[in-house]
Amino acid sequence: MIDGVPPDLHACGITKHFGPLTALQAVNLQLRSGQFHALLGENGAGKSTLVKCIMGYYHPDEGTISLNHETVSIRSPRDAQTFGIGMVYQQFTLIPNMTVLENLVISRARLDPLIDWEKEERQLAEFMENMPFQVSLTARVSSLAAGEKQKVEILKQLALQNRILILDEPTSVLTPQEADEMLGYLRALTLGQRLSVLIITHKLREVAAFADEVTVLRKGQFVGTGNVSQLTVSQMAEMMVGSEVTVKPKQRNVQSSKVPKLVLRDIRVKDESGVEVVRGVHLTIHEGEIVGIAGVSGNGQRELVEVLAGQRCASAGTIHAHDQLYQPTREKIMKHKMFCLPEEPLQNTCVGRMSVAENLAFRHFDIEPYVVGGWFISRPALRRGATELIERYNIKPPYPDMPIQSLSGGNVQRAVLARELSADVEILIIANPCVGLDFLAMEEIRQRIVAARNHGTAVLLVSEDLDEIMELSDRTVVMFNGQLVYETTSSDADLGIIGRHMTGHTT
Amino acid sequence: MDVGWWGVLIAVLGGAIRIGTPFLFVSLGECLTEKSGRINLGLEGTLVMGAMTGYAVSLHSGSPWLGVLCAGLAGMTLGALHSWLCSFKRVNDIAVGIAMMLFGTGLAFFLGKPYIQPSAPRLPSIDLGAWSDIPQLQAALQINALFLIGIVVAVVLAWMLKHTAWGLKVRVVGESADAARALGLPVHRIRILSTAQGGFLAGIGGSYLSLYYPFNWSEGLSSGQGLMAVALVIFARWHPIGCLWVSLLWGGAAALGPSLQSVGITGGYYIFNAIPYIMTLAVMIITCSPKRTLVGVPHDLTVSR
Repeated sequence: MIDGVPPDLHACGITKHFGPLTALQAVNLQLRSGQFHALLGENGAGKSTLVKCIMGYYHPDEGTISLNHETVSIRSPRDAQTFGIGMVYQQFTLIPNMTVLENLVISRARLDPLIDWEKEERQLAEFMENMPFQVSLTARVSSLAAGEKQKVEILKQLALQNRILILDEPTSVLTPQEADEMLGYLRALTLGQRLSVLIITHKLREVAAFADEVTVLRKGQFVGTGNVSQLTVSQMAEMMVGSEVTVKPKQRNVQSSKVPKLVLRDIRVKDESGVEVVRGVHLTIHEGEIVGIAGVSGNGQRELVEVLAGQRCASAGTIHAHDQLYQPTREKIMKHKMFCLPEEPLQNTCVGRMSVAENLAFRHFDIEPYVVGGWFISRPALRRGATELIERYNIKPPYPDMPIQSLSGGNVQRAVLARELSADVEILIIANPCVGLDFLAMEEIRQRIVAARNHGTAVLLVSEDLDEIMELSDRTVVMFNGQLVYETTSSDADLGIIGRHMTGHTT
Repeated sequence: MDVGWWGVLIAVLGGAIRIGTPFLFVSLGECLTEKSGRINLGLEGTLVMGAMTGYAVSLHSGSPWLGVLCAGLAGMTLGALHSWLCSFKRVNDIAVGIAMMLFGTGLAFFLGKPYIQPSAPRLPSIDLGAWSDIPQLQAALQINALFLIGIVVAVVLAWMLKHTAWGLKVRVVGESADAARALGLPVHRIRILSTAQGGFLAGIGGSYLSLYYPFNWSEGLSSGQGLMAVALVIFARWHPIGCLWVSLLWGGAAALGPSLQSVGITGGYYIFNAIPYIMTLAVMIITCSPKRTLVGVPHDLTVSR
């Protein structure tokens, strides 16, 4: 199959801006021939941006990429392929209704007008004999387990004669056993000098077990690079999340009592493909308490929030609010005053083309005084209520009749928060409330969350931003692989330990 | 010779072929269209337009086969129009389909007014039952060449989808437009071609209605075959050979009422006539579930996304 050794790849001084945001600042990465290289960093550290620059999806503003010390210009993924660079994505790009064979055949640039399936099958079977792992060519992709699909993705890249393989969190969809098996195969291929591997991951255990070298990014900056054999896991975790706590916890005026408001027992949730992504979550949240769920995205947080918001059905488990069994019916939502500020509120909880006033009234448009005679909605009352909230929450521009989708992200966030807080909320579920907001808006929204807590609201805060959790929570739990794996109070919080649990490295 | 109750079975089988043929063409057309990831509800309009065109051309030219060809071309034009409209951003294929259905039937009624009275040359049929002296069997085995052509089309279509690069591309586009774009396939062009070809087949199905059975041109000619094709394709699991069997099944169901009437059972005549519609409804109810997806459904279809 592949002759000769893979080329050295060197990305030097890569800088990439997206508008005012600097996604990457003079980042260096060197992938030597036959190396297994891990790229580490938190969400938003710039790892994906960096590999997309290498793959030609993005064009770096500054810096160069060279292969065997020759500068190359990679304008598109197709260019990358001609240089022998291939990428395996986080989501599968296979076509589920087709067989493995069909998927491997269509990935080729050129197709014969008449396809001789027997010949193709024979050739690919021969090719696969030289591979460290086998997949049934006649199997339908949808019938394969995640680990098998990942193998097919890798086989696809190898069949295309790629010698540098970039993998974006390839193990996030795999069980630990599948992950070890797959990484072991890749390791074997690199040891045989047939392939260089650059892998993006959060899981330090995998890095420690399989990688030769590691490069760490934090907030778009190059933090460092080093031999895995010379680094401890704690050192790597520290490089990833930083050593010093940069924020102080917010002021709070009441001690949290021990009255449980929201109790989750053994919540289990399946995603669209039937895989259990929340695997038995137990959690109690008390009056006047903020519980933060930390974790790398994709560990089941989104599905958990959707269950609590009533947007998804749990496959097992119970939710109790105020010691009563809770189902997300409009009646029970109002009775327990359990509200939700999900991520991307414009898509998740607003109707973009309806006005700000209407969107603000979603929780109460059917109760007095907004409804007259139990039937007619009173527009003036709706507008009055909206005007008051707009003023109180400083929503700009202050026009209740504008469609809510014309507001900026921060103002949509304010509007939804206004709606969810206005009715004396008792239980509040919040997910990533400050993504994409500027500093002032962020500060204001956090103040309001703490104010709600000080009023006695039980708050569940799900966030990928560890700083945010440190700043707001009374208690922090870490979610990994669908389970809550670690719990600490904020006064005892140790970022290193939290970071290790977030990355699944618990020993 | 009295064949008694066997007569019902023979009549149902004959009816399956006679009534099932237009179902076969329309469902093959819909199958190809849906394989490329679009639903064309406009095939009802295409069918009626095909029927009108076929009848008119046959009347003027004296050649029913020329009528069939022109019906196909008319259907192709409507199919191409549908998919061209769907190529624009934020245009929904279901909505365009309903518009095309109304447009097709409306246009056919408008252009077809002069053809309601005159009688066009009929498509010839092949007597496969000449060996038998049972008149019922002879009638049932009077088969139109279009049915045989339909079988050939089903086999060829199934083969093309499996064994040619073109068929593979159609399936990729239908399974995932994103994946297809990543592979550098021209998604819109493939869909336009598939929908146009599907329209061609539906147009031929229409010409069968006006030129063979029931052999007239009137505004009530089609009774929803174009719409039912959508259910047929689901029941056939998006497979052309499946379309053949399902069309025969639906044709047989539609023939049940008249067959029973022929042996003197007239009670519940209208109920029996409604069986194809009831079957369509049943298929839709059974196959609709928010919790699972159907085996074989092209993943990029609007209804399965």
